[in-house]
Amino acid sequence: MDFEDTPEEAEFRAQVRDWLDKNAPRYPLGTRPNMDQSKAWQAVKAKAGYAAITWPREYGGMGGKSMQNVIYGQEESQYNLPGALFIIGIGMALPTIMVHGRPDQKERYIQKGLYGEEIWCQLFSEPGAGSDLGGIRTRAEKDGDEWVVNGQKIWTSGAHYSDLGILVTRSDPTVAKHKGLTFFIVDMKTPGITVKRIKQISGESHFNEVFFENVRIPDENRLGAVGDGWKVALTVLMNERSAVGSIGVSVGTEELIDLARETELIDGPALNNMAVRERIADWHIQSQGLKYTRFRSLTALSRGETPGPENSISKAVSAPRRQDLAGFAAELMDMGGIIRDPDLVPFAAGFQDNWLSSPGMRIAGGTDEVMRNIISERVLKMPGEIRVDKDLPFNELPTGAG
Amino acid sequence: MNFDFSDDQKLLKDQANKFLQDKCDLTVVRRILDGDELYEADVWKGIVEMGWTGTAIPEEYGGIGLGHLELCMIAEELGRSLAPVPFSSSVYLATEALLIAASEDQKQKYLPALAAGEMIGTLALNEGTQAATPRTIKASYSGGKISGTKLPVPDGDIANFAVVAVKTGSGSDEGAISLAVVDLTGEGVTRTPVTTLDPTRNLSNITFDNAPAELVGAEGSGWSTIRQVLDRAAVLTAFEQVGGADAALNTAKEYALGRYAFGRPIASFQAIKHKLADMYIKNELARSNSYYGAWALSTNAPDLPAAAAGARIAATDAFNFAAKENIQTHGGMGFTWEFDCHLFYRRAKLLSVSLGSALSWKDKLVSELEKRNAA
Repeated sequence: MDFEDTPEEAEFRAQVRDWLDKNAPRYPLGTRPNMDQSKAWQAVKAKAGYAAITWPREYGGMGGKSMQNVIYGQEESQYNLPGALFIIGIGMALPTIMVHGRPDQKERYIQKGLYGEEIWCQLFSEPGAGSDLGGIRTRAEKDGDEWVVNGQKIWTSGAHYSDLGILVTRSDPTVAKHKGLTFFIVDMKTPGITVKRIKQISGESHFNEVFFENVRIPDENRLGAVGDGWKVALTVLMNERSAVGSIGVSVGTEELIDLARETELIDGPALNNMAVRERIADWHIQSQGLKYTRFRSLTALSRGETPGPENSISKAVSAPRRQDLAGFAAELMDMGGIIRDPDLVPFAAGFQDNWLSSPGMRIAGGTDEVMRNIISERVLKMPGEIRVDKDLPFNELPTGAG
Repeated sequence: MNFDFSDDQKLLKDQANKFLQDKCDLTVVRRILDGDELYEADVWKGIVEMGWTGTAIPEEYGGIGLGHLELCMIAEELGRSLAPVPFSSSVYLATEALLIAASEDQKQKYLPALAAGEMIGTLALNEGTQAATPRTIKASYSGGKISGTKLPVPDGDIANFAVVAVKTGSGSDEGAISLAVVDLTGEGVTRTPVTTLDPTRNLSNITFDNAPAELVGAEGSGWSTIRQVLDRAAVLTAFEQVGGADAALNTAKEYALGRYAFGRPIASFQAIKHKLADMYIKNELARSNSYYGAWALSTNAPDLPAAAAGARIAATDAFNFAAKENIQTHGGMGFTWEFDCHLFYRRAKLLSVSLGSALSWKDKLVSELEKRNAA
């Protein structure tokens, strides 16, 4: 038992370090590289094979192992480099095209996406269909060689700057819900598409609403057969799980210890108060537990094995932990905890920021409740929900809309 | 990254699992619960024959000279089976205390006998219903004799000898505490089994009245040894708790899959599914923290105190939660004597308070983190 690289991993790590040292632009910490800089760096990475390490060589990847991908990520994170713009393309849209696309579609999209020339978004969730993705209502109707799309998508990251989207629609409402879906590639500049930013409670805008009004999509942009959209969507979602990383570094127990040391309660520093100490210990073992769970999964990857289901606990633990810890830190500051001015509260209001952003984390990418369904059904093999909507035609399902 | 046990270590775990399934299923545990035996002697004999008692004892002292990682594997299976044997007292506590602090003569006298199962040892620390600290230890040693009362002492009615925490100095600081080894079958020792929440394991009320004793380690170094023993035992006990928690989760799952209500298995209700998912989450957090503890223990890492506390806290939380929610999942039958749920509930509480409660380990963990932050 140790934490060391295997000899092959050490060699790959050295190779990556050397390459980054020679090629990575040095953007100052705390700055955010712009879109042109992002695209330029993506092209450099793609040319060297590092943009898609695990992809087969025929698609421009490195044909490498998952562990090499992890090692590259660890080394790249030592620099302030852009990459977020391409996560959906490389992590979800393009691998889906590899599986379900025609040769001409692969030819048209994969290389351009890999080199960062085109940015992708994912048009899945709707106001009435989030956790229950199979309940989407955005309608696609065939008209000659084209499809006419009407409806609304929501929670679309990056729609306002994306060139292309993967879109799931309802092409036949008279059959059961999972059977009447059809999947498309859509040019985001197509007339009839309107993108509207969503402002979150934290004040940030990571997501969009996307409206479709008589948007015409050529049939050649269909991905997979008519009515096969659910199968395609499942491929995307499977890739989503492997693409979505852990929640980034932020204020945590270390900062909470510092805060508690500096904060006076009625009987002395908060850090001497057992109620405070108990909470710190609980949150510490949660973060340690997730860290070493990740190490267990990495060990499996390192051996070329498929990791066990243990990492499925990650999101269900980290998101509520962040919310509780941030809320507690604000309480420690007493009435001052309500202040969000970064100049007036410790850690530039990091705890206050986290308190506002964490409710979204408990929902995005699978709610706390959906994560527990996944753990109980896929890991513990307990029965799925009894689905009252499974065999009914979609247009006869109760909707709550009266 | 190689954050896992080796194939040989996993093989040992499988063997332990098979042996305990075969010789020590829950009907055996129940026999101890309902009867007058203090422990299951046949299972203990098998354990000794397989060499488990000598796992971490060097070959020069009659052990088999493996390490603590192997001991972790055995501990998980003992925890899973709820085995009613004095393994933890003799191996995690007495053996480790002697390995750390005993003189060469003492090692020669005790370790081969412990490895061979000719002797069973324990550690006598607590004195009543509060934590054992340099302030609360009153048992005293002078002139080769000890006097005082230790309560409760794990497996104290089974063990041949105990390593006893005693007061040798006048103050209430750590330097006032020493360790002494005492023959529990000798003169001046009175022991009585205590009624406890977990009758599947023996706990004893021991009174020493000028009982002959011999210091283990230098006078005044006892508390430092105790701290090291507790760190090691915390990791090993965490593995027992992980095993127990895993068994409780499986019991709950099997029952929920087979029990129908309102025309469907109760395992299909989200209230039950999410409860069991929460068990799984806590169990995995406990397992991962325990793996880190195992690594720190096997390499004697400077981070062992924090790693041991982390393993201990997470595993205590997991087993307590799984044991109580297993009863809840079983509904009415869960709190009958007939069903096995209470066996896990009892053992979870015993392991939870042994070696110091979660509260004391949390306090200790944060003290370690403070040092780290200051450094």
